[in-house]
Amino acid sequence: MNKQMTAAEAIGQIEDGMTIGIGGWGPRRKPMALVREILRSDLKDLTVVAYGGADVGMLCAAGKVKKVVFAFVSLDFIPLEPYFRQARQSGAIEVMEVDEGMMLLGLRAASWGVPFIPTEVGLGTDVITKSTELKVIDSPYDDKEWVAMPALSLDVSLIHADRADSRGVCQIAGPDHYMDDWFARAAEKTFVSCDELVDSDYFHDPAQARLVHWERAATTGVIAIPGGAHPSSCAPLYGFDVPHFKAYVASAKEESGIRGYLDAFLGHSEDEYQQNVGGLDAIRAIELPTY
Amino acid sequence: MTAATDYTLAELCIVAASQAFANEGEVLATGIGVIPRLAASLAMKTTNPDLMMTDSEAWMLSEPNPLGKRPDGFVPARESWMGFSRIFDNVWSGKRHAMLGPTQIDRFGQSNTSALGGTYDRPKVMMLGARGFPGNSISHPNSFFVPSHNTRVFMEGECDFVSSIGYNPARLPKGHSLDDIDIRLVVTELCVMDFGGPEHQVRLVSLHPGITVEQVQENTGYPVHVPERVPVTVAPSQAQLDIIAAMDPHNQRAHQIKDNPPGNRG
Repeated sequence: MNKQMTAAEAIGQIEDGMTIGIGGWGPRRKPMALVREILRSDLKDLTVVAYGGADVGMLCAAGKVKKVVFAFVSLDFIPLEPYFRQARQSGAIEVMEVDEGMMLLGLRAASWGVPFIPTEVGLGTDVITKSTELKVIDSPYDDKEWVAMPALSLDVSLIHADRADSRGVCQIAGPDHYMDDWFARAAEKTFVSCDELVDSDYFHDPAQARLVHWERAATTGVIAIPGGAHPSSCAPLYGFDVPHFKAYVASAKEESGIRGYLDAFLGHSEDEYQQNVGGLDAIRAIELPTY
Repeated sequence: MTAATDYTLAELCIVAASQAFANEGEVLATGIGVIPRLAASLAMKTTNPDLMMTDSEAWMLSEPNPLGKRPDGFVPARESWMGFSRIFDNVWSGKRHAMLGPTQIDRFGQSNTSALGGTYDRPKVMMLGARGFPGNSISHPNSFFVPSHNTRVFMEGECDFVSSIGYNPARLPKGHSLDDIDIRLVVTELCVMDFGGPEHQVRLVSLHPGITVEQVQENTGYPVHVPERVPVTVAPSQAQLDIIAAMDPHNQRAHQIKDNPPGNRG
C-alpha cells in the first residue's frame, strides 16, 4: 500500500472539533510543517494533546484551539511558551492539565482500548482538584484510592520522523522517540512527515530496523518534507533554531503578535516557508543542542 | 578534608545540595538546573558512586557529563538508553531522587510550577504546567533548590496551584499516610531546611556562613522550626571545589545566584 500523500491531503482529513495528538517534546522533533498546514487551513475548535512547544503556542495564537491537554508547554531553553501563556492568561482556551506520565498512561489506555489506567500519580495535587474530568476511584484489591487516568483517544496524530518508506514504516533515528509510538497507536489516523523518504530495503539492515518504534499499520499517511520539523529539532539531522525561536518569542511582545510572525514566515506552502527561513541547507546546518 | 576559605555561594550550595544524594544508594539522581545537576554530579563522584544519572537527553551515564559545550571528540560514558518513556518506568519504581526548583513552596512542602494568581481558568501568570511534579512527589524522594529565598517563593497560605503533593493532611489521599511523602532537603542561598520539624513543619538544618535565623524567618512566609543547635553549612573542601570546576568548565554556576556572592557573607 502506498501511503504517500501531501501535507494538504493529510490535514484535509482533519475536521473542526477533532482531537489531535502531536508528537515530539517541547522544541524537539515536532511535525511543524503539518502544524503549518493547519495554520493555513480554516480548521477550528481543535483539542490538542501534546508534550507542547511552539506547535501548541502557534495553534492557540491562530485561534485553532478549543482545548489543550498538557503537562507543560515549553521551549526548554526558553522555559515559557509566550502564546500559550497569552491563551491561558486571557482565558481563551479550556485545559486538561496532567502530569507528564499521566499523559503517557492516557495514550496507552487509548491504544489498548481500556477506559482508564489506575495510577497514584496526581493524588493530592491540583491536576485532580482543578479538573472536571479526572476521577479518583476505589480499588477492588486494596483500601487506597487511585487516579483513573482516562484514555486520551485521538482522532488524528501528527508526528515527524527522520525516515519513512511509502508503506508507513517510520524511523526515528534521534536518541529519543518520546511518546510518539503511543501517539501513533492512540489515534484513528496517524500522519507522519519525514525528513527522508527511503526505499523499503533501507530497513533490511537490523540496525536501521531497530529504530522503527511502531508497526506500519499504525501509520495512515506518509508525507515527505525534508526539514519539516523546523524550527524544532530532528536529531541527528539538525538541531532547533535558536534565533528563530527567539524571533518567535519576541513577536508575542509586538502589537502584530502571531499575525506578524506568520506574515513574515508562514507563506502559502512549505517551499515558501523554507525560503523565508533561509532554505533547507540552512535548516540542515543547524547544530544539535548540548544537554 | 580541610575546608577551603575561598569559595562562592553557588559552590557552597552545590556541596550542601549534594548531601541530598549521599545516602540514597543505587537510584537515579536527577538535578534539574545548574546547581542541582552539579550537586548530583558531585555526589556521584564522591559520596555515592552507585548513583545513576542521565545526560538530560536520552542516555544513562556511568560518569556525569561536564556542563555546556564539550571539546570535540568527547565521548560520554553511556551505559544504556534512557528515553523519556523509560524515565517514567523508573519514576514509578521509586528508585529516583529528584532536585528541582519550583516557583512556590508552601508550609506543607507542596510546590507550584504551573500558574500564579487570578483564577484557574484565567491565571494571572501562566508558567510551565504541572510537568512531572505530581508523579515525582508521590513516587520517590524529592529535594528543592531555591536560588532566591523570599516570601514570594516560601509564601503564606497554600500554593496557587499544587503541582506536587506535600504534608497537607487535608489533601492526604485515602489509604495513605503523611509518612508516605518524602520531601528531603530544601537548599536555598540562605540556608538548608527540611520538613523534619513537629508534624512535618519546615525545619532549619543549617545556616550558610554569615546568615542569621532572623534572616531566614523574615524571608519565609510561615514559621520555621529552629532546633536548639543550628550548625553552619559545611564549607566545601578544595577537593570538592576541584571536582565542581571540572564538571562546570564554563562556570555556569557563577550565573545561578544573583551577583555570584562569596560563600561566607559574615
